[in-house]
Amino acid sequence: MDLIIQIVVIVVHIAVVLGVVLTHVAYLTYAERKILSDMQDRLGPMEVGPHGLLQPLADGLKLFFKEDIIPAGANKIIFSAAPILVLVPALIGFAVVPFGRDSFFIGSIEFTPYITDINIGLLYVLAFSSIGAYGILLGGWASNSKYALLGGLRSAAQVISYELPLGLALVGPVLLSGSLSMKTMTEAQGGGFWHWYVITQPVAFVIYMICAIAETNRLPFDMPEAESELVAGFFTEYSGMRFSFFFLAEYANMILVSCVAVVAFLGGWQAPLAALDFIPPIFWFLAKVYFLLFFYIWLRATVPRLRFDQLMAFGWKIMLPLALVNVLLTSIVKYFLN
Amino acid sequence: MLKALLPSNYLPILVFFFIALAFGVVTIVAGYLVRPKNTYDQKLTPYESGILPETDARQRFPLRYYLIAMLFVLFDIEMVFLYPWAVSFNQLGLFALVEMILFLTILFVGYFYAWKKGALEWD
Repeated sequence: MDLIIQIVVIVVHIAVVLGVVLTHVAYLTYAERKILSDMQDRLGPMEVGPHGLLQPLADGLKLFFKEDIIPAGANKIIFSAAPILVLVPALIGFAVVPFGRDSFFIGSIEFTPYITDINIGLLYVLAFSSIGAYGILLGGWASNSKYALLGGLRSAAQVISYELPLGLALVGPVLLSGSLSMKTMTEAQGGGFWHWYVITQPVAFVIYMICAIAETNRLPFDMPEAESELVAGFFTEYSGMRFSFFFLAEYANMILVSCVAVVAFLGGWQAPLAALDFIPPIFWFLAKVYFLLFFYIWLRATVPRLRFDQLMAFGWKIMLPLALVNVLLTSIVKYFLN
Repeated sequence: MLKALLPSNYLPILVFFFIALAFGVVTIVAGYLVRPKNTYDQKLTPYESGILPETDARQRFPLRYYLIAMLFVLFDIEMVFLYPWAVSFNQLGLFALVEMILFLTILFVGYFYAWKKGALEWD
């Protein structure tokens, strides 16, 4: 009986988080189109609903009812499994993100502002985000199309190359907080914005942000898609619902890396000043995440795409040694400050 | 019984995994039931700007991708090594610092060797 209640509570948590994340994914696509069109001095989606507000719903419905084509010569099993292999890791990464501070109770049942708090939270997010690369690689390979194969290979090379500096950049906050739990990490940054790790680890923050953009295959690092040369990269042959899963996963990953950035560098749900504590923590968390997401879209409107050799050289010759030196210096400074 | 097998903090992750999987599978299956199925040979050919593809798409690809994967495995293991070190840095003190400086120095030597050998070049 106890176990049943426990599982029901877990499922409620997951349903809430999943619902919120999927709504955000839907409206992130809308926000992206609107912000981009604003920056390019045009209107963007305006037809479906007031100011095009129902556009994401219309897009979702359209993709749901679209014919789903598996090209001749494709490996059917891998081709079908790849989108799910991309989507699942992107969603379950949210299991350890602490969205707020206070639990609330209904009777004696506790509802926490996170699904679970494990002491290897950050490692868990990193581990699952690398599984997504398999989905991209397999999807590209199974399609039996040159564009998809090239896109998949490029994407795999890019994701693993930028995973190294990304992981190393996160070692900085781990060193300072002495914990991999995202909850403990947030709590360690309390007491005002000068305690946030973005102040003590500015280099790590910049490295993390650049690598996170590369990891999620966003502009200016969207080489795997590069529509001007590879049509649509690894999902050239995908259509309908499976296509939308790659799309969903990309945007869910964007939100996830922003959440991790907020927890590791921007103090999570902590208010910037103690005087502002009366505003609910969840507001601060969302405000920071929205800012980073806006920054992503802003970059897309501003920066042109890199060439692939430039991208790889940048990752291996600049980001990696910089991240290693940052870890080294942080540990030395921390030792002498203790 | 489940509790004995699995620390309770990890149970939500297992449940979440199955829910996310079910979300994916159910959406695809539900879509399969309602969407049109009207395929013919021309529609099923891989995209090639309107030209019929002459060869199999899965041809040989540059060895560099393999090299990058090898380097990744090396550096990734080292990165994973840094995590437990960072967590227990406070308890270990000077020993941890000196050990890690030695470790990273050796790593840097290998890194520059790979660089000079041209393993990081892309053309």
